[in-house]
Amino acid sequence: MLAQVLTIILDGLNYASFLFIVSVGLTIVFGVLKILNVAHGAFYAWGAYAAAYAITQASELGYPDWIGFLLIFAASIIVGLVLGSIIERLILRKMYAQDEVLIALATFGLFLVLEDIILVVFGVDPYFAYQPMAVLGNVVIGGVFRDVYSLTLFALAVVVAVGCWWALTKTKWGKLIAVVIYDREISQAMGINVSAVYLIVFIVGAMLGALGGAYVAPTTSVAPGFGIDVIVLSFAVVVIGGMGSIPGALIGSVMVGVLRAIAVHQFPELELFVVFAVMAGVLIIRPEGLFAPPKARTI
Amino acid sequence: MIETLKKDKTVRWIILGFLALAITGNFMEAWVQNNIMFGLARGLAVLGLMVLWRTGLISFGHALYFGIGAYAVGLVDRNLGISDIFLRLIFAVGASAFVGFLLGFILRKYRGIFFAMLNLAFSMVLYGILVKVESLGSTDGFSVSQTTILGWAPENKYALFAAIVIACAIGAVLVQCYLKTALGSLTTAIRDNELRVEYLGFSVARAIHVKYVMSAGLAGASGALLAMALGQVDPDSMVNWPVSGELVFITVMAGPGSVIAPFLGGVVFEFLRTYAFELAPEAWQLIVGGTLLGIIFFLPMGLWSLLERIWKRRGVSS
Repeated sequence: MLAQVLTIILDGLNYASFLFIVSVGLTIVFGVLKILNVAHGAFYAWGAYAAAYAITQASELGYPDWIGFLLIFAASIIVGLVLGSIIERLILRKMYAQDEVLIALATFGLFLVLEDIILVVFGVDPYFAYQPMAVLGNVVIGGVFRDVYSLTLFALAVVVAVGCWWALTKTKWGKLIAVVIYDREISQAMGINVSAVYLIVFIVGAMLGALGGAYVAPTTSVAPGFGIDVIVLSFAVVVIGGMGSIPGALIGSVMVGVLRAIAVHQFPELELFVVFAVMAGVLIIRPEGLFAPPKARTI
Repeated sequence: MIETLKKDKTVRWIILGFLALAITGNFMEAWVQNNIMFGLARGLAVLGLMVLWRTGLISFGHALYFGIGAYAVGLVDRNLGISDIFLRLIFAVGASAFVGFLLGFILRKYRGIFFAMLNLAFSMVLYGILVKVESLGSTDGFSVSQTTILGWAPENKYALFAAIVIACAIGAVLVQCYLKTALGSLTTAIRDNELRVEYLGFSVARAIHVKYVMSAGLAGASGALLAMALGQVDPDSMVNWPVSGELVFITVMAGPGSVIAPFLGGVVFEFLRTYAFELAPEAWQLIVGGTLLGIIFFLPMGLWSLLERIWKRRGVSS
């Protein structure tokens, strides 16, 4: 009994950490740029593919297995930097005046394009980059057998959360971002380089999406269609917590993670249902999300 | 309504165009016929989304009604043995419109991104159920037996093709008539200024609710026709979120200009997909997604606006 509860908690936290890393990027981009970025799922898939490709290549070349960790971070930074800057500069920049739903649709188009460029670049065969997971081995916690790698995911989520909090509240850039969120035009008039803020925020968001994918890559097979399920799940997380709110993304991912873990272990047929039922429920009762400051945005 | 039927130019064009299509359909190659059939069936759902879009609403979850329509056909076929196209359509439209009516009470309060997301959440709830229910075939779905028309079991696909063409023509005419009524002409008015509409003495919530139920019923009919054309239902190609994305994509590609546009868009999408798949089997989504971006950027009012422009230019020169 106790072991089962512990398994559910560990699974839930593991899943929550993963969801948090992915959805915090989505929520930051929504909070600052007011864009619901469907292409975030493609950043996730790109991160996973880039990391898996780099790790398998490094392994074939005879590098030690721990180098995989460096490659995971390198891959997500490169993917975020390249894709993020290209997309923001060339496409989104020209769309900010448009209706937000239309921008979301444009990012859906981008999602389709980026998903297929993956197939062209990396091929259709799945990648197995298990080395970083194998190098850490396993551990027994309270009678429950776990791999250490999934525990490091939790640590990474904590680092990301603290990092975001620190960057947004303690640095000059964080304060600039807060000002830009509050009023874009006034901040531009005050001499803040709004377009630079947008670019940087979008790149950071893309990096976080890619990091989520890159860090998950070693635990599974990276195959076509990798980003499809993730994008709606992180939508659910972001909506539950409140779009644009980082604490909201944290609470949302813990809720979704734990609920899903309970469902998977106790009521497997409810696995997806429970997540989206909660999302619908939150939207009905508090459309601005559980932890966002209430704003009259429904009408 | 009868006035509209007699006088409206669009109604005449719909009847002429669809009649021509129904006749020429018999002489088409099988794959062309199939593509047009699928495109038109999808166009029916797009028609409903277009009415919502004119009101300023975009739904990222109409796969919900699409799926309800498709599964309704599958279920009445499997459990009641109903194979008649009219009965199947009645069940499908009834079920989806009923769900749309109930959810409409909640959804009519939402606008913008919240409307889109709440629809998405509802459709994913249905998807989450369908992929797990073993008796409905979970992720594989199940097959639908051949469709009959008033007890007659046609030998080739042409009969179904003609039936779909007629169903789409009826849908287009009805929506055109609706748009000419007072409630129907509130579409763009609501998008431009809700407050003024309220001051004119109309209930915005009720107007949106009616349009929502209509779009749900149309999406249900669309899913039902597609299920019959494919002879099979499954969650991933009928209820998952990319299906909703595709429907919105066709809506934007076709443009809000006319009730004929959704069907044109549906057929163009089907051919675009076929050719993209032919050209680059591993990268067809790239072409489809690129087209979507191109349309949003360079043709914000859709393909229909392009046709209109050509039409007008010719009118001036001659």
